[in-house]
Amino acid sequence: MQSETKSHVDQLTSPAGHPVTVLRFEGDIASTSKDAVLGAYQALPKSAIKLVLLDFTKVDYINSSGIALVIQLLMEATNAGQKVYAFGLSPHFTKVFTMVGITKYAGLFPSQAEAMAAL
Amino acid sequence: MSEVKSTTVEVRLPSRMGFEKVAMSTASAVAKLMGFPEDRVEDLKTAVAEACINAIEHGNRLNEKLSVGVVLSALEDSLEVKVIDDGKGMSKHQAKPDIDRKMHGEEDPRGMGMFLIQALVDEAEWVAGSGGKSSYVRLVIRLDKDAE
Repeated sequence: MQSETKSHVDQLTSPAGHPVTVLRFEGDIASTSKDAVLGAYQALPKSAIKLVLLDFTKVDYINSSGIALVIQLLMEATNAGQKVYAFGLSPHFTKVFTMVGITKYAGLFPSQAEAMAAL
Repeated sequence: MSEVKSTTVEVRLPSRMGFEKVAMSTASAVAKLMGFPEDRVEDLKTAVAEACINAIEHGNRLNEKLSVGVVLSALEDSLEVKVIDDGKGMSKHQAKPDIDRKMHGEEDPRGMGMFLIQALVDEAEWVAGSGGKSSYVRLVIRLDKDAE
């Protein structure tokens, strides 16, 4: 019933010249998304990455189990000395992420262009 | 509005993760018929989804022989949703998640469902069924959120 979560990675350079690893998600983010969310992050070469950008543009449904996966990703990134940002959340999920406190550890931007301009 | 006044819609879901989306879609359709604005429909969808996930996972313990009942009652100025399972009921309050504790591994990253429900609807109450059966959560979302 849940739409399978897909993820893929892009390497970009911000206008300021910083390398940014973009983790793009597609589908639902729920309890079944561990491999697509945490697994995809854990497969990244940690030492080479300082800035991680999460793309939620193609995500329609995130439940509390999915939010927990995002928090676990943030924990691991923080422990690795990385900064995490996100974009593409709907106004509703921007509100939900703010309510649960994720914005304290991950800056949210409306679009990729706005995120990249700030990095 | 007059067509949906005091109208009841019922859905029965299998106790399988993912089927909460059926309840979400139904609640969304009823709320839109009643004239709720889009942001409130989104609030309701998340609250209903989390209530159903709790019912599937904790109430019915993923036992597919049991179903989750979802009863939507469209009243004149509010929509009431009851999500019914065969569990013993849940505690009535969940503290706001502490993101710092979660980030430091001192609190389970999960466990936000009840908080989200309480935060996104106008009323939420958890009622334990007698004999450990037919427990439910009752959610209310009002058309005029500021009206008491």
